[in-house]
Amino acid sequence: MTKGKITAILSNLLQVEVDGPIRQNEICYVLKAGEELMAEVIKINGNIAFAQLFEAGSGLKAGDQVHFSGELLEVSLGPGLLSKNFDGLQNDLEAMPGSFIQAGQRTPALDLDEEYEFTPLVKPGAILEAGDAFGEVPENALKHTIMLPFKFEGKWEITEIAPAGKYPLKHIVAKVKNENGESQDLSMVQKWPVKWPIKNYLRKERPAEIFRTGLRVIDSLNPIAEGGTAYIPGAFGTGKTVLQQAIAKNNRAEVVILVACGERANEVVEIFHSFPELEDLATGRKLKDKTTIVCNTSNMPVAAREASVYVGMTMAEYYRSMGHKVLLLADSTSRWAQALREMSNRMEELPGTDAFPVELPAVIANFYGRAGKVEMRNGTKGSVTFLGTVSPAGGNFKEPVTESTSKVARCFYALSQKRADAKRYPAIDPLQSYSRYLDYEEFQAFAAEHIESAWIEKVNRAKNLLSKGIEARDQISILGDDSVPLDYHRDFWKSELIDFAFIQQDSFDDTDMNSSLERQSFMLNRVLEICDKPQEFEDFSAVSAFYKKVINLFKQMNYSDFESDDFQKFNSELEALFNLQSIEA
Amino acid sequence: MIAKAFQPIYSRIKALTKATITLDADGVQYDELAWVDGRTAQVIKVDGKEVSLQVFSGTEGLGTNAQVVFSGSAPNIHLSPLLAGRYFNAFGVPLDGKDKVQGEERDVKGATVNPVRRQLPSELLATGIAGIDLNNTLVTGQKIPFFADPDQPYNRILAEVAMRADSDRIVLGGMGISHDDFLMFQQRFNSSGAGDKIVSFINTSEDPPLERLLIPDLVCSAAEYFAFEKQEKVLVLLTDMTLYADALAIVSNKMDQIPSKDAMPGSLYSDLARIYEKAVQFQNGGSITIIAVTTLNDGDITHAIPDNTGYITEGQLYLKKDPETGLTIIDPFRSLSRLKQNVIGIKTREDHPQVMNALVRLYADASEARSKKENGFDLNEYDERSLRFAEAYTRELLDVQLNIGTEEMLDRGWRLMSRFFKDYELGIRQNLIDKYWPEAKS
Repeated sequence: MTKGKITAILSNLLQVEVDGPIRQNEICYVLKAGEELMAEVIKINGNIAFAQLFEAGSGLKAGDQVHFSGELLEVSLGPGLLSKNFDGLQNDLEAMPGSFIQAGQRTPALDLDEEYEFTPLVKPGAILEAGDAFGEVPENALKHTIMLPFKFEGKWEITEIAPAGKYPLKHIVAKVKNENGESQDLSMVQKWPVKWPIKNYLRKERPAEIFRTGLRVIDSLNPIAEGGTAYIPGAFGTGKTVLQQAIAKNNRAEVVILVACGERANEVVEIFHSFPELEDLATGRKLKDKTTIVCNTSNMPVAAREASVYVGMTMAEYYRSMGHKVLLLADSTSRWAQALREMSNRMEELPGTDAFPVELPAVIANFYGRAGKVEMRNGTKGSVTFLGTVSPAGGNFKEPVTESTSKVARCFYALSQKRADAKRYPAIDPLQSYSRYLDYEEFQAFAAEHIESAWIEKVNRAKNLLSKGIEARDQISILGDDSVPLDYHRDFWKSELIDFAFIQQDSFDDTDMNSSLERQSFMLNRVLEICDKPQEFEDFSAVSAFYKKVINLFKQMNYSDFESDDFQKFNSELEALFNLQSIEA
Repeated sequence: MIAKAFQPIYSRIKALTKATITLDADGVQYDELAWVDGRTAQVIKVDGKEVSLQVFSGTEGLGTNAQVVFSGSAPNIHLSPLLAGRYFNAFGVPLDGKDKVQGEERDVKGATVNPVRRQLPSELLATGIAGIDLNNTLVTGQKIPFFADPDQPYNRILAEVAMRADSDRIVLGGMGISHDDFLMFQQRFNSSGAGDKIVSFINTSEDPPLERLLIPDLVCSAAEYFAFEKQEKVLVLLTDMTLYADALAIVSNKMDQIPSKDAMPGSLYSDLARIYEKAVQFQNGGSITIIAVTTLNDGDITHAIPDNTGYITEGQLYLKKDPETGLTIIDPFRSLSRLKQNVIGIKTREDHPQVMNALVRLYADASEARSKKENGFDLNEYDERSLRFAEAYTRELLDVQLNIGTEEMLDRGWRLMSRFFKDYELGIRQNLIDKYWPEAKS
């Protein structure tokens, strides 16, 4: 094993003189007072390795000993990942003693003594390739398949396989050999380097089905597809995190991986606190059962931020390989980019825009590229749907992280400061935001079949009414209430109706926080119906008075359970109010 | 600060900048403290034998033969209950003429709280100010700054909030504050009889700016000691974080680092987060709540300092002068408390969330009416009403001078709404209107 000695220290960047061969991105350990501090090689020059320490460099000295592992940064993949809370390097946070994390503390990701009910899926003699299933265990509500490790090349024959039964994770459940006569023992756990995509699938498909988030402004107006990508940029205080948490709660994915990257600890604590209680709408079990949290909050080691998003993505790809629907959420990708910037700066690399490293766009593109819906060799399909938040400096979208992301993510949810200031939540600007999937023929066909035939036209009609309303508002504020035709007021209030009744949604209300597609289509039809009905008014104040009443009724409906008595009551009040007005007209 | 026996003394300085010196030395630790002709300095780079130090009070007058002695450890603090009621400078040296505090010696950087061992902050921290308790409710374990232009009385309000909020311990970190404000804090603490529960670490504008870099770590270490070991409810006051960040920029500049936005170091986010994330609710009942001050340049919150702060803290309290009434208020639009959801309508009355939102929405209508008026348009009847409402809302609720309970704030809110509006203009849940609307009650 190669060893070395520290020659220079600048914050968490170390230079290490080495005595043998090392690899780029190899993990090494610095010995400090009995502890081993983990670091990753990020540059090699002659016999000097540049390593970024996943800790603060405080207390280190020139001459301190370093030993190299020969391995890249890898994660453990196997049953038991769900419901766990990991740090950015896949240490199990629950397994750490005490209230504080001590420097260099490491805990195994999976408890290798934990027992799982193993069922073999193949018999001796079966020929497998990497990623092919040979066994299966139940993990919470999920079928967790045990696959031939992704690292295996070529064809392997099963020579022995354990009968159905309870085994600890470390138990050898199968033995395989290849054509060259090499044999290998297999447990239920395998390892994989996080920076490499898991690519054992047959093909990647074009996303077609809607990925339901329960949020009207997303599902109806700018939907994200299963296996799709989206990003949410927004200045602070515009509700990025609340939005992402709402999606984490309301989705119908089978596995959710949440990466808290360089953000507030208390936000993760809220998830720790609520997910064991909240019900998963897809299965009726608890949300915690299908959720894995990777948590590298802003006061945890900066260098581990980059690792945290890759750790999350690798686990997501692992579950996708079993044919599951996985949602990966990362908050926030900007913090990861900032970590890259800090290191690039310490390495004295020539900077790109805003001092970010020049390869930033490529790094982001490769990462988003790992999402997608795939078909496995056995015909099952799995997906990783990825939503990342971006925290643009000064709330200005013309900055490198937002721009690089916009080139690769297919949906864009613009959080508007103006809407947030006016407490119009979710503060997603319905017109500035977009979903490329609306243009996909596959997606249009899906919507026509599963929502309603003219759905996309209706969505576009709502958007047209919104933009007409904005024009009308601008005219009114330039010319004054009295100096514009009454039509302008009507157009403006129609857009307000769509905004208040449909776009705005209360994520803190148990009923309103999650709207089914069926309910969304009912509400959108109702709103459009009212907008289409010709109405006459005496003057502009009559317009606002009328629409305020309508909006109030819609809000009461949104707060009531779909098709409940209350809901029907407000609905018929709405019809009454509405007919009254049209009779007078 | 004198060399111990057999400790090597170096006296060949190879390079000097305004803030740093470089010399050859052996066995030096990263982050270690040292003394250069008696001035405190810290190791900020090790390159083989070559060591760079940042000299906190500046290098003015230092000779190339200045004597350098290394302490063998990173900055530390002596922790003990005896810190209470005392005033210290940025090196932890008493400012009050009394003896040094004896106690357990600990590295000021401290360890990170394991997030799974944190408790969800959900204990209300009342201040009697409606701009906070009603609109931006605080909880223990939260971190939140006041955003204020330099002409706002932010330190006075900070002192007021500290005196009113229920806490076992207050730790004040003054960074570049004026000597006058320092005396104001001291006077305010003593006159309220709370002098004994306060620990202060003070760097005034008269002290060298780099020294203030040490203040937050001292403050947080002391706070963590009282919160974790003594299970106390600790309130930390940090003012002014903008001046702290300015000091960070000076060091990074002298280290030839490439600046990012607004000449700030690229690590500004992480540097600030390390401090603010010390806010915590421990499982044992102790907590650290941080209320800070970030001064703005002409209200510009897109500047790197307030911008990064906003991404780290759990909201912000925006101080401003209301142009109509001349009163100081906490701006209902741009202020936010992210943790209020953990308590409003749960620890406070059920109508709290909806009343709060309705009042702010109506206030927004007033502000639209005002801009209409300024542009010379006629106001309609609703506009007139909302303007009258806004003034009453400012005088009867928003004024930071008021000191009222949360229930009274809600009752005042309902009375204000019923005085100026119809119930259907509010968008409030019908069952709450039935219960609280003043007319329906009578």
